[in-house]
Amino acid sequence: MAAFKETKFPADAPAAKKLMGWVDDRFPATKLWNDQWGKYYAPKNFNFWYIFGSLAMLVLVLQIVTGIFLTMHYKPDATMTASGVPVAFASVEYIMREVPWGWLVRYMHSTGASAFFIIVYLHMTRGLMYGSYRKPRELIWLFGFAIFLCLMAEAFFGYLLPWGQMSYWGAQVIVNLFGAIPLIGPDLSLWIRGDYVVSDATLNRFFAFHVIAIPLVLLGLVAAHLIALHEVGSSNPDGIEVKENLGPDGHPVDSIPSHPYYTVHDLFGVSVFLTIFSAVVFFAPEMGGYFLEYNNFLPGDSMKTPPHIAPTWYFTAFYSVLRATTSDFLWVLMVGIAAYTAFLWMKSKLSSMVKIAVSVIALVMIVGMLPGALDAKFWGVVFFGGSVVILAFLPWLDHSPVKSIRYRPDWHKYVYAGLAIAFVALGYLGTQPPSPIGTIIAQIATLYYFSFFLLMPWWSAMGTFKKVPDRVVFHAH
Amino acid sequence: MIFSKKLLALLALVPALAFANEGGFPLEKAPDRSHNMAALQNGAKLFVNYCLNCHNASAMRYNRLRDLGLSEEQIKNNLLFTGEKVGEMMTTAMPAKDAKAWFGTVPPDLSVIARAKATPSNSGSDYLYTYLRTFYKDDNRPTGFNNMVLPNAAMPHVLWELQGVQSAKFEEVDDPHEHGKKMHKFAGFEQVKPGTMSKLEFDTAVADIVGYMEWMAEPAAQKRKQLGVWVLIFMTIFATLAWRLNASYWKEVK
Repeated sequence: MAAFKETKFPADAPAAKKLMGWVDDRFPATKLWNDQWGKYYAPKNFNFWYIFGSLAMLVLVLQIVTGIFLTMHYKPDATMTASGVPVAFASVEYIMREVPWGWLVRYMHSTGASAFFIIVYLHMTRGLMYGSYRKPRELIWLFGFAIFLCLMAEAFFGYLLPWGQMSYWGAQVIVNLFGAIPLIGPDLSLWIRGDYVVSDATLNRFFAFHVIAIPLVLLGLVAAHLIALHEVGSSNPDGIEVKENLGPDGHPVDSIPSHPYYTVHDLFGVSVFLTIFSAVVFFAPEMGGYFLEYNNFLPGDSMKTPPHIAPTWYFTAFYSVLRATTSDFLWVLMVGIAAYTAFLWMKSKLSSMVKIAVSVIALVMIVGMLPGALDAKFWGVVFFGGSVVILAFLPWLDHSPVKSIRYRPDWHKYVYAGLAIAFVALGYLGTQPPSPIGTIIAQIATLYYFSFFLLMPWWSAMGTFKKVPDRVVFHAH
Repeated sequence: MIFSKKLLALLALVPALAFANEGGFPLEKAPDRSHNMAALQNGAKLFVNYCLNCHNASAMRYNRLRDLGLSEEQIKNNLLFTGEKVGEMMTTAMPAKDAKAWFGTVPPDLSVIARAKATPSNSGSDYLYTYLRTFYKDDNRPTGFNNMVLPNAAMPHVLWELQGVQSAKFEEVDDPHEHGKKMHKFAGFEQVKPGTMSKLEFDTAVADIVGYMEWMAEPAAQKRKQLGVWVLIFMTIFATLAWRLNASYWKEVK
């Protein structure tokens, strides 16, 4: 390490400059600012879809700050008050009525949770459309996937805290799913719950996870996500690697410094978001029962099962996949797995080792799906998890010669639109009680969803691709 | 934008998943009392007199009623019956254990019941307004009354003196789901014994109680909306300024 060198300033230099110089000699403050934002060069052709990363950071901060204030007054206690209401439930009403501005903090937190998922789903859509996960950005995508998993866990743990009917029974259903795992299932559920049913023990540990454990992990993952991004540089809607075309100043010709251009651009995006957010918080915090479930205004009661137990809207798409996996559907899946394995043997360029491994797994799955083996509930959990995990493999499934949807064959756009429709259909069906028609539609949507990803190595390379330009498509403002 | 048109056509293929509401007595819309202080005060009076005998409203502090234009003196003199202080919560004197023994179930806490009973098609107020007005004479029930909205409700018809006694008429019609079978279809109420209020007076009184319960479920609602107007005005101005600031910087980018 070089010896300490003190920056010298002329005697009439402003105090602020001397202070900054003192700090910079001991901590890379200015360097960090410049590398991470001030002089971080980003492509100039970002469009609407590129605001959601910044918005996600904003909402994370919002949730943490509102969460801190809620934690000052919330009590994670499932025992009853003298009036027969669970203490946790009563503490939320205390916040809503007695804590000055408590109602505002509560609504910001509940709306923020739903806003977080809307933003994250749109953020992932951007990634899908523009191939943001392609080499060399695979690790950004993987960190992002880990963030998504943590976010879902954070929302799940947080939802139990108000201890309403939906909180209680939603947690009961989801933790019971772990009981479907053969051999270790029941013990695993017992360990997660801390009791034989969701109870005070469960509430207290979920509180700990929600308030500190997962937020710490989330902050670390977000830092990793951003560090990985800044290491390789942002992609852009044209999928062009801007660093391949440097100007005389050493910066990409198609990039601009984030400050002031994206500072001011993101400020605008944030102001639009906060306007919409405020409209919801102040005028429709329940959002028709989607952001704050009506049933959750009944205190959780282990003796009264609600007629319909549905997860919060942001989980319903994956929940639909779980419900669609009926014992009848297992036969369809068995055929699908066999067909896919045969397809892999014939068309895939993978090594024989991998092909044999896949065949073994496929055989185990098919045998496990036969009547009398593992029941549909277990496979439902497997595909429920699979529908989330398959996203992580996207960088290695996409074999398109171009990154961005702009230069793919036109028919690819319909394939993506199909995925969007399937996802929204699954999401909608998950909010409704099960029905014969709904189950069929969910099953078709599930097949489409998995086919989109599993067959991507082939369809993503098919068709006539358009020529990717050398320079980004940018129209002067 | 050919792609958008085709996408729209594609979306039209998604079958309309409109499922009919499951059965349930059709709910009437509760009259809006949210801007009527006098009605809300009347509702508070009726609520304290009739409901707190069995139910708790344990999140509701008596002195919060000042928001409805009542003074602490008025609250102390008219609404406190069992020795509570004006700063205490609205709790019932009936012990839960006795309630369970007498009614078979503990009467639920009513603090946020108006929010809990909402559905996508009806507000919680609609449920409560219809519920309180559809008790009918039924000698098979321990309380002598049954309810159209909540069949076999354990709750007695607390407001029977005001409404009087009504009976429900049923007619036999063909079951639309199973041919050859008959089912009972509700065909209106019939007043058996008049109460102290006319139908209009009673409906108004119940609307007041329900309006009060809706207010009680979220006392900050009015303030929330009032503040929201100013917030949105500010945010619109701010967003417009941010938009023009952004445009002015990006003019430099070629």
